Amino acid sequence: MKEYKSINQIAGPLVFVEDVEGVSYGEIVEVVLDSGEKRKGQVLDVSEKVAVVQVFGPTEGISTGSAVRFLGETMKIGLSEDMLGRVFSGLGVPIDHAPAPVPEERLDVNGLPINPASREPPSDFIQTGISTIDGMNTLVRGQKLPIFSGAGLPHNKLAVQIARQAKVLGENEQFVVVFAAIGITHEEAHFFIRDFERTGALERAVLFLNLANDPSVERLMTPRIALTTAEYLAFEKDMHVLTILTDLTNYAEALREVSAARNEVPGRRGYPGYMYTDLASLYERAGRVAGKKGTLTQIPILTMPGDDKTHPIPDLTGYITEGQIVLSRDLDRKGIYPPVDPLPSLSRLMSSGIGEGKTREDHSRVSDQLYAAYANGRDLRALSAVVGEEALSSTDRKYLQFADAFEQRFIQQGYHEDRSIEQTLDIGWELLAMLPERELKKVKKEHIEKYMRRFQKGKNEAKDKHSKE
Amino acid sequence: MRKGKIVRVSGPVVYAKGINASMYDVVRVGEEELIGEVIKIVGNVAVVQVYEDTTGLKPGDPVYSTGKALSVHLGPGILKSIYDGIQRPLDEIAAQHGVFIARGASATPLDQKKKWSFEAKVKKGDRVSIGSVLGVVKETELITHRIISPYEGTIKDIKSGDYTVEDVIGEIEDKGVKKDLKLAHYWPVRKARPFVEKYPPHVLLTTGMRVIDTFFPIAKGGTAAIPGPFGSGKTVTQQSLAKWSDADIVVYIGCGERGNEMTEVLHEFPELDDPRSGKPLMERTVLIANTSNMPVAAREASIYTGITLAEYYRDMGYNVALMADSTSRWAEALREIGGRLEEMPGEEGYPAYLARKLAEFYERAGRVKTLSGEDGSVTIIGAVSPPGGDLSEPVSQNTLRVVKVFLALDASLAQRRHFPAINWLNSYSLYKEGMQEWFAENVSSSFYDKSERAMELLQREAELQEIVQLVGPDALPDREQLILIVARMLREDYLQQNAFHEVDMYCALQKGDAMLDNILSFYHLGLEALKRGVEVKKINDMNVVESIGRMKYEKDVEKIKAIKAEMAKEFSNLEA
Repeated sequence: MKEYKSINQIAGPLVFVEDVEGVSYGEIVEVVLDSGEKRKGQVLDVSEKVAVVQVFGPTEGISTGSAVRFLGETMKIGLSEDMLGRVFSGLGVPIDHAPAPVPEERLDVNGLPINPASREPPSDFIQTGISTIDGMNTLVRGQKLPIFSGAGLPHNKLAVQIARQAKVLGENEQFVVVFAAIGITHEEAHFFIRDFERTGALERAVLFLNLANDPSVERLMTPRIALTTAEYLAFEKDMHVLTILTDLTNYAEALREVSAARNEVPGRRGYPGYMYTDLASLYERAGRVAGKKGTLTQIPILTMPGDDKTHPIPDLTGYITEGQIVLSRDLDRKGIYPPVDPLPSLSRLMSSGIGEGKTREDHSRVSDQLYAAYANGRDLRALSAVVGEEALSSTDRKYLQFADAFEQRFIQQGYHEDRSIEQTLDIGWELLAMLPERELKKVKKEHIEKYMRRFQKGKNEAKDKHSKE
Repeated sequence: MRKGKIVRVSGPVVYAKGINASMYDVVRVGEEELIGEVIKIVGNVAVVQVYEDTTGLKPGDPVYSTGKALSVHLGPGILKSIYDGIQRPLDEIAAQHGVFIARGASATPLDQKKKWSFEAKVKKGDRVSIGSVLGVVKETELITHRIISPYEGTIKDIKSGDYTVEDVIGEIEDKGVKKDLKLAHYWPVRKARPFVEKYPPHVLLTTGMRVIDTFFPIAKGGTAAIPGPFGSGKTVTQQSLAKWSDADIVVYIGCGERGNEMTEVLHEFPELDDPRSGKPLMERTVLIANTSNMPVAAREASIYTGITLAEYYRDMGYNVALMADSTSRWAEALREIGGRLEEMPGEEGYPAYLARKLAEFYERAGRVKTLSGEDGSVTIIGAVSPPGGDLSEPVSQNTLRVVKVFLALDASLAQRRHFPAINWLNSYSLYKEGMQEWFAENVSSSFYDKSERAMELLQREAELQEIVQLVGPDALPDREQLILIVARMLREDYLQQNAFHEVDMYCALQKGDAMLDNILSFYHLGLEALKRGVEVKKINDMNVVESIGRMKYEKDVEKIKAIKAEMAKEFSNLEA
């Protein structure tokens, strides 16, 4: 271990140390203050003369006289199964007044990329009990599916509900939850902890908390520490891990802050040009791999600044993740919970997780039909606002009714309502039965017979005559 | 080979002194001998981009230059492989290092032990030139690999037999210099492989996707770009093209994209059969995977590695389709490296040479006469991921200036599950006109014409929709309401295609022709019926509308053609 007292410049979270020797890129550093307090940091750039160190934590109190120790290793975290049920700081230090678990292994928090040739395609349906997700944006084990939200929307409630209800059909195994709070308020963190405690979920959860008043640079480490823990539990301890990261917007802000302090050339809206790569180094740490029993599923949450989906944070995220669940302020205003807007939402891995033997044979087509019908209904709503409902054809008026009923019955559900996939699909059929049958082009006739007929009792039989062949 | 040392490490960029390298030389960095490439030289300092994570490197660590440019190994065994951006076989690395890619992993691109049965096509005393075919090897069930001579000269010795890629198969002499011949040779990735001449692109690359084949055809040897915001189906479109286009060879580059997408291809392609040969698609496919979390410098190289492999198969006389998903991630890699070099940025932080690099890449496409006298082609289909879906950004703009087919993916179409979400009003193909003759010879004499008329209807619909938004559909005259009905048919029953439906995922040209014929006949019969005084509502309620809606799920083209008669009968029964 080498110690220097040659700090020459301090700017934002960066400390420049001169006349260093044998310092390697990415190495972890301890800055020792006059008071004896130690702060950790990492080497960002090193040349023969100068090492640039990024300090995790405030640079308050650091002076040119402070000592800098180069620890000769990269950022690592000690891991063990005993971390379950525990609460840690954003840098992995226990904050629940109990002793630190004895580590079985120490791993680099940056992890290594999973070899694409070793991945297995995620295909196990996760039933979250939420119709808009299960029915239309299915989550599968090993997927990374973010929640795109806005300030003031109930994304935390939704995340907790998913964590509570998520299960794989036919398996008793429950998910282990790794939860990383990134720059959220104490109140929000408390909501998660309380709910985990109340439902007993804390027993099988590991919590990492970097709160709003914690140093922002630390936020760059918190998700990495959480994901390293999640990888350890999934790939070495054979567990099915659900990782919730909230709020990625705070992470990206911290990234921009550090980039600005380093005088880097900014990309869009001041965020660094490498933000895509950096975010990918988090999101890509999800998946199923060959020869390992455990899986790592990720639900990152981000709040879109100004509810703008084209803002760099949601935009780059959407390009990396396998879909997105989008919350809508309009639905929320109507009092609909969960306010998931199915139209901009998407699950890219849906098709591999559903269908006969996984959910139900009619799943994909019902979902397509619901999408198309709801999209049409929403368009007609805009049209009827201009021309009046009277000017619409009778079919169009049915679509309007459908869109309303869809929001009230399919999207809307209780915070504790855990719908089975059969229930979800049946509600879908019941709603589709409101539409003229000839409009249902995306579903199979045999499925109409099998699943929809029973919702059509009392309807005018003559209308259906051409389909009775 | 001179050893030098590191003087500075800044992310993926390393500065080294005393290695005496030239530009684009491959160097080995640090104790682990990480692979890097010289991208800038300032005095005695070489600036190196390293293709692996540089954590742990420090000033003073050794660096040496190999004196060679970044090259790919070309020979039998490329097909069915999955490589990273610098042609390291990922399955081999997984076998050595487990599920995570360890630093400093190395493996040879071609299997060194596998014996290939080589059949010589030249004999002792023959004079050959660069690009001549020396002989053939059966590489996969589908593809016969032609061994191409990297040298000019007189064959001194050559024998058929079973060889590995490292075995000497013969000897060649030119101007008194003797060289060994092998099944494989090296080629620098940044240098385009030579050919005799380029042909104008008048041959269709059949893609099996109706909207593309009918309205925005891609030529063999052409270039196409697919820009679109996330979730608009770029990857599904690219994968469909990789599956169903009638190329002999498919090179699929996953450049800075998701790991699971490559996995999907790896697991799916061996299971899917090529609709023409009936053999698994993997037999003709090579994958280059440099996913978003893999080192950024190797992402920059992956595009060149891919195009060089594509050119190599072109030189054997094959039609190659190259999918690059996504070129925006490649441009971002340029930007990231440029930023590390503290270069003066151009627009949005991208380097000033972005336009040149993009143009150079797309210019490596083409249908050519190869050095061995055969016809081969490389078609490039590049995905573009514009931030926020805004096409005014530099990567989209510089791409659109060079490509000839523009397939505009549209988020609002994707949201209503209109797939492929290719916007028919904004997209274009500059190859279409030149293909009139090809369509007449290979599909039907009226196919081109029908596609033009269908497009007119779709454009009319867009105009009418603006009026409908103000006054509602019932205020339109019957003739115009009929256009709306037919245009909706075109959109829903023709343009929309389900990539996951067992029949609909691939649509042969003949089937598309029959489908289009029915829809346009419906329009003409509808017009006649209106003249007779039939209400437009009755036309919309006809049973044949449903038959038309289910055409795409029908395998048998004859059954689709039969709908026309059914339609004529039902129309004649309509009463005013």
